[in-house]
Amino acid sequence: MPEQAPISSVNDFVVRFANVNGSGSASANELFARAILRHGVPVSPRNIFPSNIQGLPTWYEVRVTEAGHLGARGGVDMMVAMNPQTWDKDVAGIEPGGYLFYDSTKPMPSSKFRDDITVIGVPLTAITNSTYTDPRQRQLFKNIIYLGALCALLDMDPKLVEQLIGEQYKGKEKLLSSNVHALHLGRDWALQNLKCPIGLRVKKADKVGDRIFIEGNSAAALGAVYGGATVCAWYPITPSSSLADAFAAHCRKYRHDPETGKAKYAIVQGEDELASIGIVIGASWNGARAFTATSGPGISLMTEFIGLSYFAEIPAVIMDVQRAGPSTGMPTRTQQCDIIACAYASHGDTKHVLLFPEDPAEAFEFAATAFDLAERLQTVIFLMLDLDIGMNHRLCRPLKWDDARQYDRGKLMTAEMLEEGRDFGRYLDVDGDGIPYRTLPGTHPTKGSYFTRGTSRDRYARYSEEGPVYADNMQRLMRKFETAQDLVPRPLQANAGKPTKYGVIYFGSTAPAMDEAIGLLEARGHHLDRLRIRAFPFHSSVASFIADHDFVYVVEQNRDGQLRTLIVNENGIDPVRLVSIVHYDGTPITARFIANAIGDHQDHLKVTPLRKAVS
Amino acid sequence: MTYIAKPRFHHPGLKKNALGFTHRDYEGKISTLCAGCGHDSITASIIEACFELSIEPHRVAKISGIGCSSKTPDYFLGNSHGFNSVHGRMPSVLTGANLANRDLIYLGVSGDGDSASIGFGQFAHSIRRGVNMTYIVENNGVYGLTKGQFSATADRGSKSKKGVMNTDNAIDLVAIALQLGATYVARSFSGDKRQLVPVIAGALQHKGAAFIDVISPCVAFNNHAGSTKSFDYVREHNDAVNRLDVITGRDPITVDYAPGTVQIVEQHDGSRLALRKIDADYDVHDRVAAQAFLQKHAAKGQIVTGLLYVDPEAEDLHSHLNTVDAPLNSLEAQDLCPGSTVLDKINASLR
Repeated sequence: MPEQAPISSVNDFVVRFANVNGSGSASANELFARAILRHGVPVSPRNIFPSNIQGLPTWYEVRVTEAGHLGARGGVDMMVAMNPQTWDKDVAGIEPGGYLFYDSTKPMPSSKFRDDITVIGVPLTAITNSTYTDPRQRQLFKNIIYLGALCALLDMDPKLVEQLIGEQYKGKEKLLSSNVHALHLGRDWALQNLKCPIGLRVKKADKVGDRIFIEGNSAAALGAVYGGATVCAWYPITPSSSLADAFAAHCRKYRHDPETGKAKYAIVQGEDELASIGIVIGASWNGARAFTATSGPGISLMTEFIGLSYFAEIPAVIMDVQRAGPSTGMPTRTQQCDIIACAYASHGDTKHVLLFPEDPAEAFEFAATAFDLAERLQTVIFLMLDLDIGMNHRLCRPLKWDDARQYDRGKLMTAEMLEEGRDFGRYLDVDGDGIPYRTLPGTHPTKGSYFTRGTSRDRYARYSEEGPVYADNMQRLMRKFETAQDLVPRPLQANAGKPTKYGVIYFGSTAPAMDEAIGLLEARGHHLDRLRIRAFPFHSSVASFIADHDFVYVVEQNRDGQLRTLIVNENGIDPVRLVSIVHYDGTPITARFIANAIGDHQDHLKVTPLRKAVS
Repeated sequence: MTYIAKPRFHHPGLKKNALGFTHRDYEGKISTLCAGCGHDSITASIIEACFELSIEPHRVAKISGIGCSSKTPDYFLGNSHGFNSVHGRMPSVLTGANLANRDLIYLGVSGDGDSASIGFGQFAHSIRRGVNMTYIVENNGVYGLTKGQFSATADRGSKSKKGVMNTDNAIDLVAIALQLGATYVARSFSGDKRQLVPVIAGALQHKGAAFIDVISPCVAFNNHAGSTKSFDYVREHNDAVNRLDVITGRDPITVDYAPGTVQIVEQHDGSRLALRKIDADYDVHDRVAAQAFLQKHAAKGQIVTGLLYVDPEAEDLHSHLNTVDAPLNSLEAQDLCPGSTVLDKINASLR
């Protein structure tokens, strides 16, 4: 008997599956997460996987959270230990009072278990082998059998799982019925041989609403389809490859001419990241909406072209799905570590627009917006995703599109405008916003052509090395960047329930953990106003938020506090006023981490009056 | 970098082409290259070819990398958009531009440093993909703008102006273009305009990846004894396999050719090339034989020039990608955006 009382919790626990990659476990695990959603209970699943195809350990973690906390929680209440390689570590990681689910076909020495957890053995291999003879079937159905057993143990409604299987294998009756059969094999065995349910239970609720369950990379790719991208050039790199794959898949469905079957898009897998961004810049120069998807190492390679985009003022969209760097770093682990690299990418004085979506819904919106911004501002726009948002299914509000929305093609001078005798200077600031007009190749037989170059030139695109001419252009580029401030998504502020001197700034995938941490901090008596930054250049409300508070925490997922550096540098803020809270081990940041880090800092600030202390 | 404005007036009796344009309409700014530079002859040949083909100048996009050769697009087709991009990256920029608007003519101008060294990969992959373009390498075997370092096309054993012997093997871009599937491959010499102009004109009409290597001596840094890219050396070792005439329109052929010496090649779009054979055994449709021929002659120190290979039924990247006929840059929201009804269905499938 465990010394510790078993954890008892309804709709609030973490199940972690330890698998071997390539074993087909991913789809069964995802089915588990979706099945809980169908109970009306929010889940937040995360893949933890190696940079490898077959044989190495992978984990899939499902946080079951009726309260809707979608950040990673930390800790494991139930471990489904299917990988002998990681057994010791997996068993050690279970919370006291937690549960261990394992394949009990072969007996294990008692030293391999713990006294303070509940051990649940199911002879999965024995059940599988007595039912199936084909080795591949054995492997795949074993996953469904453990899903069936979990169904019984966690008191899940098997009909909801069957329904999901039905949707997945619609039209493939044989696969459908064999999956349902396997599900019941596991469930029946558990019901007959184990005490069901255990302390962890799933109970029907109504907390999912109309939300959808989608990966950020897929949502961003869909945003590119809706935003009118016609050219995609990319080079495979984790964790961004699935974004380009998703764009291809969406285009196959929605971008073929119904009559001719021809494609209203072009996707090129480049020979490297340099070619990819070169293709994007060539296409954008010629008036198509184009983008590339990459990760940190790709950004490093693209920097020369990024400077060209900035200086020659050519639209481009780069979707950076960030992973832990530097160098090859941890290719399958998440971080927000390309902020500085992207904000100032390339040699010389450069600054670039960055967008920070918090989840797939915003990734969709910002991806579509990025193309408008790129054409409006005639420069490169970075969509700053990360592995946590990009490669995990996330529950988020449904995607929305306004059919009245037209694409903002920016300041394009047409043949008619040229005919009217409009003065065309490619780098001439006619409106005072720093944004000049551009013409597309082939516009007019005798007017509006110009020579695009990365060298300096005057307002009429004529080569010049004159100091004042160069400086005039650089200052206009600064004006353009100031214009961008009011075009990009604004920060969102949420104030504490009571007045406070303290604030917190955060962005991107930190959002769900931050939202949850606020509650934990309030429970400890700490109240903070929140500001979620959604873009760079920073809107003036960022500076005023900082001015309104004694000091402000900046929470981010990198070692050096890159967003904090950017705020200090761009807004001339006294660094003392910004306290860096950083999480950078490659796992997604958790509410517990944020609440502890900020809470400990706040505790030190609490001055207990002397009278109280001695009394 | 042009400091002198070019006078606009011209002789009223200048010859006009089918569009009513004169030569002057195909010119650009005044060249800033060294007097006698081979590249200026190539510029003149491009102007001549475009004039003869009656191409509307603004329907050409001229794209280059970085270097002496890459500056030249400023010196021709002043009414065309030009793009002097990044060193070695002309092919990717051109590929993207071509994907955006399949209706323009794409002229890529590069050098041997640009295409054989820093941009060797991009050169190779744009050819592999069959981008519909005319890709001209103005090949002088040296880095001119940085004052005379060897490039990767410099022959092993050739001497630099400072007397240094090149010990690295040379890259033959023509041989590589053939191997990678270019569908129009030629080599010419900037000092032989009669050969060069029709070779460029044929390439401009070719619907596929057309590659032309033009030996173009650098008068400042690579025109001395011991160089294999000097005017004298190339003249002495030039081994032309054929002479090309481009026949514009569908008019009957009026040029008087001696019987049996001419081969008419009709390209996919109806344009015709008349090839006057110099080497009777050379077959311009045999890719494999062309490769062997080049290697054999290179071993003898000969520079094979002429139209070396053409596939009149060439395909291009757009046909591989099955893109719509309309240029992608002309598509609007109504063509591209699936709309809210579809999005509602997508949302429903994600619950």
